[in-house]
Amino acid sequence: MAEAEEQQQQPQPAAPQSGGRSDGGEEAAEGGAAAGAAEPGPPAAGSPGTEEPAGDAKKKIDVLLKAVGDTPIMKTKKWAVERTRTIQGLVDFIKKFLKLMASEQLFIYVNQSFAPSPDQEVGTLYECFGSDGKLVLHYCKTQAWG
Amino acid sequence: MTDDKDVLRDVWFGRIPTCFTLYQDEITEREAEPYYLLLPRISYLTLVTDKVKKHFQKVMRQEEVSEIWFEYEGTPLKWHYPIGLLFDLHASNTALPWSITVHFKNFPEKDLLHCHSKDVIEAHFMACIKEADALKHKSQVINEMQKKDHKQLWMGLQNDKFEQFWAINRKLMEYPPEDNGFRYIPFRIYQATTERPFIQKLFRPIASGGQLHTLGDLLKDVCPSAVAPEAGDLRFFMHCTHVAMCSHRIYHLDKGQVKRDKKEGEIKSQRGVMWLVPGHTEMESRRLK
Repeated sequence: MAEAEEQQQQPQPAAPQSGGRSDGGEEAAEGGAAAGAAEPGPPAAGSPGTEEPAGDAKKKIDVLLKAVGDTPIMKTKKWAVERTRTIQGLVDFIKKFLKLMASEQLFIYVNQSFAPSPDQEVGTLYECFGSDGKLVLHYCKTQAWG
Repeated sequence: MTDDKDVLRDVWFGRIPTCFTLYQDEITEREAEPYYLLLPRISYLTLVTDKVKKHFQKVMRQEEVSEIWFEYEGTPLKWHYPIGLLFDLHASNTALPWSITVHFKNFPEKDLLHCHSKDVIEAHFMACIKEADALKHKSQVINEMQKKDHKQLWMGLQNDKFEQFWAINRKLMEYPPEDNGFRYIPFRIYQATTERPFIQKLFRPIASGGQLHTLGDLLKDVCPSAVAPEAGDLRFFMHCTHVAMCSHRIYHLDKGQVKRDKKEGEIKSQRGVMWLVPGHTEMESRRLK
């Protein structure tokens, strides 16, 4: 199975500095990002429709992974993920990355509101709930939003 | 709404006569009789099959029993799809009763999600409702509800209480009159012709010019292969707890579409017969043989 790749454009993805900086502002940044994420992208009529070939050609989408509560953060937050990767695939990846036990649960939320079913593909979620060219997902070891 | 209510009721009380048979390789102490049940289309397999489970467990040794799962003609049935959708997707050409095979061993991890308790079903159901409301109202309606309202939706489904469910779901189906519809229409298209998961995209009920989008517009936009002339005759099944409202007010079927389906006796005749689902309008297309 293909691993999520580190985003090329991110200057120093693994540098503790960059991770530390965003950790500091985690709570505040969270709120801001959430407000943005809650807005589904622009109507399909304009861009995605006409750019269909380009969209198809681009097999990967940008996913921003944010920790909730006391769940460990990931130093690299932005990942290029294949559209066909499922939520379960992403859960497995995050658990491995964070070195969680296989038995530990991990929940993923869209828009800080609902947990997509494990067999849902991130590409589909990106189409409906992505904003600013990326899909923001929150992850958590306990159920965060009902 | 008054007109719709009869349809909503018919949709809610849609049933599929089903015969459950124990898989031949399961080890039993005595012969396992088949078990017959009328399955509610709008519910979930693992929510309505306690009796089936009990029935077969009676003839099995305790140590032979692990998580129950269901299969139809070799296809494991996903419990997290509504029953009506499973039937239309996999078995709509079958003679009734629908014959489902029951398994207690060799859980197909690759194909099915585990369902260890009713809480799992509730969480899935509520997630569907919430996702749909994120599209319809930017989650405003669902977020303004109280925990007990969420519970009432679930209990309504679990206990097959139409009024209880709709007292709350009604609010999720409203929009300001000046908006002429939801922000986006929550829908999913399942295709019997492909292994790919469902199609789901953003689609507004109103075109930029102000006219209402039709079901044909939606299909053209998100699933062009399904309406292309070379696609031949396709059958569309719609599943939805509230599709009556959709079909009256949002999905004004364009004339060509209706005509074509009339010829096949589908969409129109299916109205009020099949459908379902929490929040989403589930659509399924299949090629007629």
